[in-house]
Amino acid sequence: MSRDSLQIDDNGQLRHFLSISGLNRQLLNDILDTAESFTGVTEQTVKKVPLLRGKTIVNLFFEASTRTRTTFELAAKRLSADVLNINITQSSASKGETLLDTLRNLEAMHVDMFVVRHADSGAAHFIASNVAPHVSVINAGDGRHSHPTQAMLDMFTIRRVKGPDFGRLRVAIVGDIMHSRVARSQIHALNLLNTGEVRIVAPKTLIPAHAESLGTHVFHDLQEGIRDVDVIIMLRLQRERMQGALLPSEHEYFELYGLTEDKLAYSSPDVTVMHPGPINRGVEMDSEVADGPRSVILEQVTHGIAVRMAVMSMAMSPREAPVEQPHAS
Amino acid sequence: MPADIKQRRIRISGGRVIDPANKVDTIQDVFVAGGEIAALGQVPDGFTVDEEIDASNQIVCPGLIDVCARLREPGQEYKATIASESRAAASGGITTLCCPPDTNPVIDTPAVTEFIRLRAEAAGKARIVTLAALTQGLNGEQLSEMAALKKAGCVGVSNAMQPLLNPLVQRRALEYAATYDLTVFLYPNDHWLANKGCAHEGRVATRLGLLGIPEAAETAAVARDLAIIEQTGVRAHFCRLTTGRAVQMLARAQFDGAPVTADVATPYLYLSEVDISEFDSQCHLLPPLRTVEDRQRLRDALQSGTLSAICSDHQPHEADAKLRPFPATEPGISGLDSLLPLSLQLVEERAIELTDLIHRLTAGPAKILGLPYGTLAVGATADICVFHPELTWQLDTGTIQSRGHNTPFMGREFKGRVTHTLLAGNRVYSLD
Repeated sequence: MSRDSLQIDDNGQLRHFLSISGLNRQLLNDILDTAESFTGVTEQTVKKVPLLRGKTIVNLFFEASTRTRTTFELAAKRLSADVLNINITQSSASKGETLLDTLRNLEAMHVDMFVVRHADSGAAHFIASNVAPHVSVINAGDGRHSHPTQAMLDMFTIRRVKGPDFGRLRVAIVGDIMHSRVARSQIHALNLLNTGEVRIVAPKTLIPAHAESLGTHVFHDLQEGIRDVDVIIMLRLQRERMQGALLPSEHEYFELYGLTEDKLAYSSPDVTVMHPGPINRGVEMDSEVADGPRSVILEQVTHGIAVRMAVMSMAMSPREAPVEQPHAS
Repeated sequence: MPADIKQRRIRISGGRVIDPANKVDTIQDVFVAGGEIAALGQVPDGFTVDEEIDASNQIVCPGLIDVCARLREPGQEYKATIASESRAAASGGITTLCCPPDTNPVIDTPAVTEFIRLRAEAAGKARIVTLAALTQGLNGEQLSEMAALKKAGCVGVSNAMQPLLNPLVQRRALEYAATYDLTVFLYPNDHWLANKGCAHEGRVATRLGLLGIPEAAETAAVARDLAIIEQTGVRAHFCRLTTGRAVQMLARAQFDGAPVTADVATPYLYLSEVDISEFDSQCHLLPPLRTVEDRQRLRDALQSGTLSAICSDHQPHEADAKLRPFPATEPGISGLDSLLPLSLQLVEERAIELTDLIHRLTAGPAKILGLPYGTLAVGATADICVFHPELTWQLDTGTIQSRGHNTPFMGREFKGRVTHTLLAGNRVYSLD
């Protein structure tokens, strides 16, 4: 089954949200517009809309997460859904129950939506291919493949700061592209939104094979890579990369790829600095940059809630509009 | 088999007889008696026909020989059994299967070889030969009792997919095998470079975020293996080459006179990394499906004879083995049912001549395994495959004979179907 038919129903509506690739620009803009309409909700004193009242959403996390799980939970609650958090650590998964068994058991409890994070690339796609027809699946990160809600909240942040015309933007993504599901999703989203230029910056050990085939320009030098860019997205560097002989030391990495006020001078004067979090201060960037005026790192977190509300409501609405509610748009 | 059946005299009449081992390609009758080929063309004196097989408009060739098929017995009978898979082999025109040593227990004692031989005999549908483990328990450290295993009937030695991490152990294992004139079957895959990957390190793995297995995992291993082969003088066979570059290295070594051969498995001649599409676990193979260019170079090398055998690399699985996220699924395709029809498609696509193709399915593998089969010479064992080259059929859950339904070719329409299979003169399969 192609990803298109899995993610999008016959009416072109979102059915599951598994990856950015396979979607189209119109849908991405719909998500961003819907998220925009929800930002009002998150700023009200009563931060709830009844769109998903009576629905049950399960946060099914096979991998640890604080930020993503929390914002998904908040998003679901603000849509008035019932939320269940299930953390299945590696150890309990290894007791023998297969992923499919876990899924069937939860389905038997009449769940309407799964928000899934899993260490294997393709896990969300696998789950979506195997759930009952009325259940929607939202990918909250699968292996190194995709983290589409993170990419959408990043697009949302860029659009808010830079305006809707991505065509005039140069964006550089700096860091561990190889192991990053965030980077893959960002690259797809930026290209779907017609971004002027998408660059990736890292040593060769952290760039995947044929990275240019994703629609990027590859740089190994930070100063060249961020020259005249409008947006810099820094990626988190995992400590274990030092053990895998991918990098010699955090010190050398920071020297070459860490973002400092000095290096920022190479980019556009009104550059925006982003990071999906959590930040390793002094590894990916200086505190001066992270907390400085160009940083929108905390706005990204706030936008995460509105974007996740948008995706959840859109994936849930087309096949079963709420009966007792006025039609949601 | 009862003696009276064994003694049946069969005439296979009117077929196009293709026997590449003897450069035969002509329409003639084949006469079988006493489990052997009695004559071609002319009726032998005093031959009375007990049974006639009408092969007009069909092709008569030696029974196919598959240099690698996992039958899952002993050890994984929930996937398949010797009985189920030899039945599938017979329906696919395959009369000899070679089973690698990674059964459970491993084929590192004569007892396991004997067990497999007895089970195959009881099933009576195909001949099964075995490769012995190169190291005990395939541990890559201690040599197996190769001389005893050869005496027990093993046709070669191999460490299967298990790595020989220490080149010194490999050197000594190959020297020891050479002492007893055993062919070593090598799976070229550098354990460290492969790095637990599950797809070719290329565009598709990059897009899907799958851990990649670089081309160098194969070429680095081939380079090391060739160095040790040349040093020890052992006869060696590379199992499942997948990259154009490794094939080029092999061709060079063959040109220089090294005693090396290699095979290719059918999936690699038809599929590429692109077929993984959106995490299709039926295309999760080890070694991985490579690029479209690699596939073309494998086809070219098969045509030229650098690759002298096509095998099924049969790996039947239970359904659950593929019902997981892609990296967690078990690799491999159930390939016995599609070995001949997929191979015939190569002829259809003009990638190889029919006689050359049949060579790669019969005489080629026979030579690699050192077996006297894969020929229709008078006096040879009457292993015969009769197939209708124009008959179309669909591979589906109703027609597949293997217990393993794990194949990306499920639902595929094939042209060319086996109608009769004879094993040592006994009819082991007939299409209704």
